[in-house]
Amino acid sequence: MSDNQHNVPTMAEMAAKGESPEILFWVGCAGSFDDRYKNVTKAFIKILNKVKVNFAVLGPEETCTGDPARRAGNEFLFQMQAVANIQVLNGYNIKKIVTACPHCFNTIKNEYPELGGDYEVIHHATYLQQLIDEGKIILKGGGEFKGKRITYHDSCYLGRANNIYEAPRTVLEALDSELVEMKRCRTKGLCCGAGGAQMFKDAESGDKEINIERTEEALATGANIIASACPFCMTMMSDGVKNKEKEDKVKVLDIAELIAQSEDL
Amino acid sequence: MEYIQQIAFVIVTAFAAYFLSRRIKQITKNIQLGKGTDRGDKSPERWKNMFLVAFGQKKMFKKMIPAFLHLLIYVGFLIINLEVLEFILDGLLGTHRLFAPFLGEFYTVCINFFELLAVGVLLSCIVFLIRRNILRVKRFSGLEMTSWPTLDANLILIVEIVLMLAILTMNATDQLLQSQNAHYTATGSFFFSGLLMPLFENLSGPALVLIERFAWWFHIIGIFAFAVYVTYSKHLHIFLAFPNTYYANLNEKGKIDNMPEVTNEVKMMLGLPQENGGEQQPPAEIGRFGAKDINDLTWVNIMNAYACTECGRCTAQCPANLTGKKLSPRKIMMDTRDRAEEVGKSITEGGKGLEDGKALLGDYITKEEINACTSCNACVEACPVNIDPLAIILQMRRYIAMEESGSPASWNAMFSNIETSFSPWKFAPTDRFNWADELKSEGK
Repeated sequence: MSDNQHNVPTMAEMAAKGESPEILFWVGCAGSFDDRYKNVTKAFIKILNKVKVNFAVLGPEETCTGDPARRAGNEFLFQMQAVANIQVLNGYNIKKIVTACPHCFNTIKNEYPELGGDYEVIHHATYLQQLIDEGKIILKGGGEFKGKRITYHDSCYLGRANNIYEAPRTVLEALDSELVEMKRCRTKGLCCGAGGAQMFKDAESGDKEINIERTEEALATGANIIASACPFCMTMMSDGVKNKEKEDKVKVLDIAELIAQSEDL
Repeated sequence: MEYIQQIAFVIVTAFAAYFLSRRIKQITKNIQLGKGTDRGDKSPERWKNMFLVAFGQKKMFKKMIPAFLHLLIYVGFLIINLEVLEFILDGLLGTHRLFAPFLGEFYTVCINFFELLAVGVLLSCIVFLIRRNILRVKRFSGLEMTSWPTLDANLILIVEIVLMLAILTMNATDQLLQSQNAHYTATGSFFFSGLLMPLFENLSGPALVLIERFAWWFHIIGIFAFAVYVTYSKHLHIFLAFPNTYYANLNEKGKIDNMPEVTNEVKMMLGLPQENGGEQQPPAEIGRFGAKDINDLTWVNIMNAYACTECGRCTAQCPANLTGKKLSPRKIMMDTRDRAEEVGKSITEGGKGLEDGKALLGDYITKEEINACTSCNACVEACPVNIDPLAIILQMRRYIAMEESGSPASWNAMFSNIETSFSPWKFAPTDRFNWADELKSEGK
C-alpha cells in the first residue's frame, strides 16, 4: 500500500500552500487520545482517503469543544474553549466540518453559532450515508459482515438531541447483515450512561450501572456486533461487554470501522 | 320562594369565581417569580406544536391503552362542558333545560351523545383507578409519590366518576318527571340514563324532584369546586398543557442555552471585541450564575412545573432512575412547583418569601440528584406536554460549578485538565496528533 493512502493533511499545511479543503475532519479528544477510539479515527481517515475527499484536520491546533465543561455546569470554561476554537476555525475560514463524535457535533453545530461560529456540521454517520447514497462507497454484498447480526445503539446526542436516527442504520443496512433492534431504540433509546459529563466521574450510588443495563439489552438481541457512533458509547458498551465476559463473542464497533473493514481498508 | 334557587346559584357562582380568580392570580405571580426568557418567536411553529401536542395529544399515543382512555376523558371534558353553559344559564334564569325547545330533536341527540361520553369518562376513570391501585403500574409509584400526590390522583378520578354519575342520575329522574311535572321540558328519551330509570320509577313525584335537584346542584357545585381544586392539584395540566406546549423549547434538544453575561467576560479575558460596545456600556446587573432557587429559573421552567400531571413517563425513561439513582425528573418538577407555591404564598401573606432561609437546591433537590443526570433528554422526549426537566437540572449544575465550586472532585479534575491540557483527560497536548504518525507507520 502506498503511503499516500494514509495521508493526513493538516489545516496549517493546507493554508501554507494556499489551499482550502472541502471538509474539516474534527477528530475530538477521544478520537485523538483514547486508544480504542483512535482506531475509529484511523478507519474514518482510510475511508476519506479511499474516496479521495479533499479534507484536512486541525491536528495539534484542535482542543476540547468544551462540551463536558458546559454539561457539568462550568459555563466559563466552556465558553473559553468555544471562543478559542471558533477563532481558529474562522481564522482558517472553515465552512464544513465532519466529526465522529456526537458530543463535538452537537456542540459545534448547535452551540457555537451563538458565539460566532457558523459552520455546516455533519456527523460521520450522516457523512457515510451520503457517501453510500452518492455511490462513492459501494459495499459489495456477501462481505465480512454478511449474515452477522448487528444491533445499533443510539447515541443520545445524535438521536434525541439532534434527531438523527436513520443515517447510522442506513449505513449498517448497506453491510448486507441482519440489523436487529433493541427493545429501547430510536426516541426511546437508553443512554449508555456517559453523557452529560458522566464519562468523567463515577456514577452516583444506585443499584446498577447504566452501561450494564444497556449492554444486557444489547446482548438480549443475540447480536454478534454492537454498532455505535459515539466514543463515549463505545467505551461504555465495551466495558459492559467485558463485564459480562462476552468480549470473545460480541464486538463493539463504530460504523466507520465496519465500513472500513468491509472495504478491506 | 321561587327565586331562592336563583339567588343561591348566584352566590355559589360568585364564590367559585372569587376563589378561582384568586388562585389564578396567585399562580400567575408564582410563575412570574421566574426570570424572563424570550419565547415569543416562531409563532406559526408554536401554534402547530400546541395544536398537535396539547390539543391533538400526539405524544400520548406512544402508549396506546392509556392514550385511548385519556382521550375519552379529554373529549368528554371538552364536550360535556358545553352542557355546563346550559347549567349556568338555567341556574341564573331559573329555567330548566333552556336549550331544549330551541334545538328540538337535535337536543335529544346532543344529550344522548353527552351521555355516551359520560359513560366513556366513567369507564376510563375506573380503569385508571384499577391501574393505579390494583395493577400498581410502576410509574405511578416512586419516592416523590408520597401520600398527597397519590391521594390527589385518586381524588381526581373519583370526583370525575361521581360527577358523571350525577349527570346520569339527573337525566334519569328528569325523564321520569317529564310525564308528571310541566316544569320538566319534554326532551325525548336518553339511552344511558334510561337504563337507570328502573331504580327511580317507584318514587313519588316530590322525591324525584328532590333527587333531580340534588343531582343538578351536586353536579354544578361539583364542577365549581373541582375547578378551584384543580388549581391546587396536578390536574392543572388540563389548562396549562396549552401554554406549556406553545412556549416549549423549539431548538434541537441537545442545545444548552447560552449565558451572554459570561460571553462578555470571556471575550474581555481573551482580548476580543465585545458585543454592545463592551466596556462603554455599564455592566448589566448580573444575578447569580445558574439556579439555586425558584427566582433563578425562568418563568417557563416554573410554568412547566405547574403543567406537570405527575404521570411519571419521564422518570420511567430516566436511565439514572432506572438503575436506582435518586434522580427522578418528575420529582424535579414537583419540587419546583412546591417551592414556587411556598415562596408565592409567603410573599402574598407578607412573609419572608425567598428570604426564608430555604432554597430549591439543597432543601428540595439535592446535589446527588442533579449530579446523576446524563443529559440524555429521555425525560424531555417522554413528556406528553413538552416539559423540560433537564433545563432545570443544567441551571442547577451551573450554580454548583460557578457559584459554589461544589462540583464532584472528578469534574473539577476534568475542568483543570481542559484548562491545562485542552482535553478532559490528562494527556499531553503535544501527543494529540500522535495517531496520525501511528496511521502513517501502519501504512508502510
